[in-house]
Amino acid sequence: MTKAAAQADHAAEPTRRDFIHIATGGMAVIGGALVLWPFIDQMNPAADTLALASIRIDISPIAEGQEITVMWRGGPVFIRHRSEREIEAARAEALEALPDRLARNDNLPDNAPATDENRSAASIEGGSAAFLIMRGNCTHLGCVPLKEAGDYHGWYCPCHGSHYDTSGRIRRGPAPENLSVPPLRFVTETEVQIG
Amino acid sequence: MTMLRIFAAAAAAIAITGTALAADPARKPERHDWGFSGPFGMFDRAALQRGFQVYQEVCAACHGLRQLSFRHLGDDGGPFHDPAYPNPNDNPVVRYIAARYMIEDGPDDVGDMFEREGVPADRFPSPYPNDAAARASNGGALPPDLSVIVSARAGGADYIRSLLLGYDYDPPEGFSVEPPMRYNAYFPGERIMMANPLVEGMVTYADGTEASVEQMANDVTEFLAWASDPKLEQRRRIGGMTLIFLFVFAGLLWFSYKQVWRNVAH
Amino acid sequence: MSGPSTYEPKTPFTRWLDARLPIVRLGWDSFVDFPTPRNLNYWWTFGGILAVFLMIQIITGIVLAMHYVPHVDYAFDSVERIRRDVNYGWLIQAMHANGASFMFLAVYIHMFRGLYYGSYKQPRELLWILGVVIYILMMAAAFMGYVLPWGQMSYWGAMVITNLIGALPLVGDAIREWLWGGFSVGNATLNRFFSLHYLIPFVIAGVVILHIWALHVPGNGNPDGVEVKGKGDTLPFHPYYTVKDAFAIVVFLILFAGFVFFAPNVLGHADNFIEADPLITPAHIVPEWYLLPFYAILRAVPDKLGGVLLMFGAIGVLFVLPWLDTSKVRSMRYRPLARWFFVFFVIICLLLGWCGAENPDDLVFKLGYDAAGNETGFSFLWLARIGTAYYFAYFLIILPLLGFIEKPKERPASIEAAVLGDAAPKPAE
Repeated sequence: MTKAAAQADHAAEPTRRDFIHIATGGMAVIGGALVLWPFIDQMNPAADTLALASIRIDISPIAEGQEITVMWRGGPVFIRHRSEREIEAARAEALEALPDRLARNDNLPDNAPATDENRSAASIEGGSAAFLIMRGNCTHLGCVPLKEAGDYHGWYCPCHGSHYDTSGRIRRGPAPENLSVPPLRFVTETEVQIG
Repeated sequence: MTMLRIFAAAAAAIAITGTALAADPARKPERHDWGFSGPFGMFDRAALQRGFQVYQEVCAACHGLRQLSFRHLGDDGGPFHDPAYPNPNDNPVVRYIAARYMIEDGPDDVGDMFEREGVPADRFPSPYPNDAAARASNGGALPPDLSVIVSARAGGADYIRSLLLGYDYDPPEGFSVEPPMRYNAYFPGERIMMANPLVEGMVTYADGTEASVEQMANDVTEFLAWASDPKLEQRRRIGGMTLIFLFVFAGLLWFSYKQVWRNVAH
Repeated sequence: MSGPSTYEPKTPFTRWLDARLPIVRLGWDSFVDFPTPRNLNYWWTFGGILAVFLMIQIITGIVLAMHYVPHVDYAFDSVERIRRDVNYGWLIQAMHANGASFMFLAVYIHMFRGLYYGSYKQPRELLWILGVVIYILMMAAAFMGYVLPWGQMSYWGAMVITNLIGALPLVGDAIREWLWGGFSVGNATLNRFFSLHYLIPFVIAGVVILHIWALHVPGNGNPDGVEVKGKGDTLPFHPYYTVKDAFAIVVFLILFAGFVFFAPNVLGHADNFIEADPLITPAHIVPEWYLLPFYAILRAVPDKLGGVLLMFGAIGVLFVLPWLDTSKVRSMRYRPLARWFFVFFVIICLLLGWCGAENPDDLVFKLGYDAAGNETGFSFLWLARIGTAYYFAYFLIILPLLGFIEKPKERPASIEAAVLGDAAPKPAE
């Protein structure tokens, strides 16, 4: 049988022949898509990496005006025991003056306003306003800001000149967002779990 | 279709060669009817939990489980899996088990190591700080790590179970076993350093099962089989679906092939 | 045979592309309209199966390299971590490990098909030689890959194979040390094996392209061994052989899935679940099943250098096979004597594999007892020696002589005649 004859035959009886080929092709596409998933998913964090995704920190040794940096999920988290003056400075700011008016707090709804109460540990059950716990990577391109620096005496990022206030909110410079607050939980009065 | 028959024969030949490679122990491991053997067998959750108890109370004194973290116990297919806690790190049973271990951590701010309660992410601590210490405590013999022991022994689960039950045989005449060595019919060389580990009623099972020696051997072997192959259940579930898919696909391709070639002599 | 290209670009873009980089034309001429003998049987599907498995090995291998740590202290644990903690790592690792075995299964069928149907004969000598090169590269890749999990079999396999090189006179020791990067198999060895194991598959892919190129100049051989003479002898590759190959590939994948999901470690060895220990050799070391026949040949000779030379000779003889077979008849369908020698050759290869897996001093069957009361009989060593003798005799004596002795059966005038019998139009010669 020649090719031409085969094509003529095809034209005479299209439906049944086409159905089986479409079904076969469909199966091939489905199979390919299903096989793809394990090869994509393997690059997601593995079970051991996920298991290390939460840490517990004793915050009682941090004196007023002191700050520690802890490693969490491979990056820095700032834990600052703020002084009375820093808290007051942060609370005095009007929300309208802020470039980013959202709290960026993983423990609050996405639309929570960026008041100091929503930023500090006071937003978490069992926490006090004295503690500010937030991710330590500048929201611009990820550098680590310096503490007690910049025009607002909070944090200053040396890479591209972003100024954060004593509540970790962006005030001036290229960074688009406030430093974000990771998921927190107070296990005891002095022990906080991050993640 | 002769082709497929030849194919199946070739596959069978490979499988036979695979088993023929086993080293030769004194006595062939006794076959046991495991719930997890066979292509669609699954582990018995209760047996896994009892087996873990035996491991903890008996084996763990000398044998480590270093490839496993506590969280693995709560994984899908693991002894303490609870569908309410898809993330095993949140599983309260796992957290409780982990917290009963003291884990060395550190260094702290001044450079000292310290001990803390275990968390699900921690690995099972080794009973000895290193291999030399383990040998020194066991008359020169190194108690093997048990994380992959069922995969690492020819004969697998049957061998482990037989070994645990293999202390009752008397050595053949003229076969001398000097203490502290013991005679074990299933151990290669038949002289083993490990004392008979299981004694009737030495553990009190939480579920009230009677702790006979055979029961404990069965349970701990099932637990170790899981530890060696924790993805067994997942693998078989996905494998079953994959085979169904492939058979349907092959069937469709066969009809497609017949269609394409229907008027072509070949 | 390829003839003028039948590709006609239909859109402005494909015309534009075709004038600059005729890649679509290349694909069309090679895999769509390529004239393929109409009488190919299922033994001819293994080339396609091998292409699929080369891809599976490369993709799963790249993925595993994302998680594997090539260091003696971490390699074993990192493989366990892949099996336990990496998402679907158990699946990808099992596919890679079993994929190697299945690739060898397919390549052996592919090679035996070539031997039976005379696929190595003029004008396809270079096609065959490129195939042997691919086979050697596959063995190198498989050997180095087997070292990477750093279990006991990995370590001692590496030790034994590298020590073979030490058998070479004068330069042996120096080369062995150079391979090791030290005074024993160690971290340096593991690192370079990982690097080369990653490299070789891409070299294989390159030689495969040459292999297919060399195939597409003379075109496929076929079970009747007569060359294509006219249009009635061939069919376009697509859809006839794409669908046939696809069916065979999926059937082969069913078998593969059976192993990956239900017996992922059956083809491996229990000792490789024990981390490498340079102080303790496992009681019974054997290579992976696909190298067993060569292992038997190696041990068949009492002399170290002799065994090594014989083993390499067993592969080397394949290179000159096209010139050893003197018969003008290509397919053994029409060689009444040769086909039986071939069948016996296949059986001998399987027996050699069996010998490779067993202790050479063990007995295949016992005949009685000697004066001291020990069992005597026919040992695996002697079975391996007989097998080795036949292996070489097949290539060096039987095939060269048969061409002169054998009276071949009558061959069909053309493929079309073979397929259609009396209904075929008379060849236009």
